[in-house]
Amino acid sequence: MMFHPGIFALLLGSGLTAAMLCYSAYEGLRIIGSWDIDCGSEQQLELERKTYLISTLMSYAMGFQLLSLFLFIYTADTLSPLFIGAMCAAGSLKVNGFGYPTLMIKIGSCLLAGLWLIVNSTDNKAHDYPLIRIKYWLLLLIAPLLIVETTLQGVYLLSLRPNIITSCCAVLFSADADTAMSDLLALPHWLAQAIFFVSAPMTLATGLYVYLKAKGAILFAVATLCHFVISIVALISFISIYFYELPTHHCPFCLLHQEYGYIGYFLYAAILVGAISGMGTGIINPFRSIASLHQVIPPMQKKLAMISMSATLVFMLIAGYAVLFSNLSMAME
Amino acid sequence: MIHLDNIRKVFNAGKPNEFVAIDAVHLTIDAQRATALKGPSGSGKTTLLSILGCMARPTSGRITLKNREMSSLPERFLTEIRRETFGVIFQQFNLIKGLTPLENVMIPAYPKGENFASLKKRAMELLDMLNLADKAQAKVEWLSGGEAQRTAIARALINNPTIIIADEPTAHLDSRLSLEFMEIMRRLKEEGKTILIASHDPLVYESNVIDRIVEMRDGKLVVHGDGR
Amino acid sequence: MRAIAKQRYILDLVLSSMARRKGKNIALVLVYTFVLFLLASVLFSVESLKREAKLILQDAPEMTVQRLTAGRQDLIPTDFIASISTIRGVQSVEGRLWGYYYDALSGANFTLMVNTALNDKMGEIVIGTGVARRSNTDSGLRTLGKNDIIPFKTADSSVLPLTVKGFLPSTSELVTADLILVSESDFRRIFAIGKDLVTDLVLKVKNGKELGTIAGKITQIHPDTRPIVREDILRTYEAIFDWRGGVTMMVLSGVLFAFVILAWDKATGLSAEEKREIGILKAVGWETSDILLMKFWEGAAISLSAFFLGILLAYCHIFLASSILFAPILKGWSVLYPHFRLTPYINGYQIATLFFLTVIPYTVVTIVPSWRSATIDPDSVMRM
Repeated sequence: MMFHPGIFALLLGSGLTAAMLCYSAYEGLRIIGSWDIDCGSEQQLELERKTYLISTLMSYAMGFQLLSLFLFIYTADTLSPLFIGAMCAAGSLKVNGFGYPTLMIKIGSCLLAGLWLIVNSTDNKAHDYPLIRIKYWLLLLIAPLLIVETTLQGVYLLSLRPNIITSCCAVLFSADADTAMSDLLALPHWLAQAIFFVSAPMTLATGLYVYLKAKGAILFAVATLCHFVISIVALISFISIYFYELPTHHCPFCLLHQEYGYIGYFLYAAILVGAISGMGTGIINPFRSIASLHQVIPPMQKKLAMISMSATLVFMLIAGYAVLFSNLSMAME
Repeated sequence: MIHLDNIRKVFNAGKPNEFVAIDAVHLTIDAQRATALKGPSGSGKTTLLSILGCMARPTSGRITLKNREMSSLPERFLTEIRRETFGVIFQQFNLIKGLTPLENVMIPAYPKGENFASLKKRAMELLDMLNLADKAQAKVEWLSGGEAQRTAIARALINNPTIIIADEPTAHLDSRLSLEFMEIMRRLKEEGKTILIASHDPLVYESNVIDRIVEMRDGKLVVHGDGR
Repeated sequence: MRAIAKQRYILDLVLSSMARRKGKNIALVLVYTFVLFLLASVLFSVESLKREAKLILQDAPEMTVQRLTAGRQDLIPTDFIASISTIRGVQSVEGRLWGYYYDALSGANFTLMVNTALNDKMGEIVIGTGVARRSNTDSGLRTLGKNDIIPFKTADSSVLPLTVKGFLPSTSELVTADLILVSESDFRRIFAIGKDLVTDLVLKVKNGKELGTIAGKITQIHPDTRPIVREDILRTYEAIFDWRGGVTMMVLSGVLFAFVILAWDKATGLSAEEKREIGILKAVGWETSDILLMKFWEGAAISLSAFFLGILLAYCHIFLASSILFAPILKGWSVLYPHFRLTPYINGYQIATLFFLTVIPYTVVTIVPSWRSATIDPDSVMRM
């Protein structure tokens, strides 16, 4: 086992977040069972007070998850010198089979937590808590995911063994561990570019439609989800190389380093915000017909669409800046 | 203006110490009048007052304010309405120690995030109207009884409420200050505000400021000769 | 904007409210700061030591070849040099002579190493500052100066006195504290090692990426050898320092736990005055979420001040006082301690780790008590 402070921090953070989620889900279950808005009994009042607790817990959980996502990558990065052939986080995550799955689920739970907060916020704007049961059922889905993530992360971190000298015979390490996970995602440039430059305007167009007409949210939500994946693939495939000024350096994690001005944080923040707000318009769409939400949801969808489009534009601006002004110039087919 | 329909409030329901504070209360409070809630302690008038002021939810029954149903409103909406509609004066003034009267007066308006300059101006005007302008920056602990009472009134007025609620406002005041208090209430009534006072002090409910007396005993309304 | 004005109002109220309850808050901030100070000290020390090791090892040979007999390091015959030089990619091979000498008088282990510059100056040695500080001469324990003599017991039971003619610079203390440079013939006399043997071989290679292949070939030709690549050493040191840092933090987890309990106690133990204040706020129209915001700012103010103070103190502790508290644990057991100044190095990762280890547990533990205080009924002041 590696007694690394960063590992402790991650295990502690994830453990606490998972505990918060489970407690929230448990209380949510109790609320679903006994909720009756029209009743003025003490039990009902207590349940209403509990909703504040759950909202608070979930807000903090979302914050911690986001931080934990970046700390996880950062830790993998810091640990990379201890593994042969690992030059950055990309290599560390490959050391055993749990690294990348943990990362994926972490990203997924960030998205879900963000969506939950949007649903919660919508529910709170109505006079009769119309979505109370739905949102706490959703919580029951997210909580197990957090547990899975914490477990996977724990297994990943605790199974790490640094490649150090052992005192016995000549232990030789193969110096060509495969750090090129990114190669798998690096599609041929022209293909990645084509997909990206089709997806981006489509996403923006559907977003604009939602913003103007408050309709078509489901389409927009699907578009943002696709664009989320496409943006990441594009980043790895052809955008990152302009930041690194190296046609072969595709690593998605090195962008977070100091030497590149921490630009990675801005890029990934833009991608995440764009995805969460965009998908948010879709997730609240089915509830438009509920009387108390009738006036609430369309303005919310417009606001979310605006946020999502802005985030997408920010991403494109930063990426575009890099592509145009980088010292690297690739022949663009 | 405020209408209570079969209101019942129970504390510790289902437990051995279950206590019915008020029961079967039907009441309508008229606008721009001064109503006094009279009754001995334990009669439930404080509970009734808090329900009238939307500070507590009834266990059963309905309450409407200006034709809007309040009984099942979630807290955040209830509080918003309450903030705009009611101004509360407490038995013990309940000013926050360590702050100036000016700050105390401004506090109810903080959650709205109003512009500081205009808020301060309004607060100073209120303090001025109650002859407290020169004490605005003093420490609340140094105020006399009368000054604290008037600060509490100013605080109740900061959000421009239509209804003033006072819970035993004269309990810690001498006769002179009590009469002074009722005078201020008269002025406010003349400005068009609705006044609701809970008190067992005759100086209050026998004052000619009061238009109507509602009497309570053991959690129920007492049917009175001159009123409902 | 309204939202910002609202936050400012709340923050204002929080700060004045906390100032009125200095005693309780200061106690908490002090303990919080102390915890952060301890944890930050460990983190900073470890990072600093790792960087030192990295810098120092930069000058280490790319590859060292040792010979193992029955799993233990043995002397290596000089004819291995010729066979290894023939491997493709090897630029140069040299023999090194060094070993450990136990000095009974001072109870310390010195590292004796041959330096070719001394080969024509038999009888002379150059010593490191740690050796100078802890040597026993005929006149007792004192610091050695130039022309002092250290008597060496040789392997054939005679005594070889060698004269100190120079000192190694104290800037390199971390690696040279216990080092004594000696001429080849003196070395061989002390340890009775024949001219056909050396301690190990150092290699220079043309292409760093070939190290693995070359190492493989060496073990093919000479199966009783163990090639060590510099990067392996570096990784090992990193892992050791990380491990030591981690163990120290495990020990400190008790302090962290105590702090968390204190925070919980403070958060749940609202004084009557505090309850009254919140009751008043709720009565005059503050909502539960407004009170929760208040509690958030309270926690943030405490956390931020403790964070900055703790890190500042840790910085001073490490870089001005050389980590007095933790240095022994982290540097390892030894009789001769190098004196050296740790160079400051703090990065965002350490800050983030500290945040996770302290601020997050503190925040989590205060959520439920904060909520309980925020959900006081608006009419509670009327019933008080």
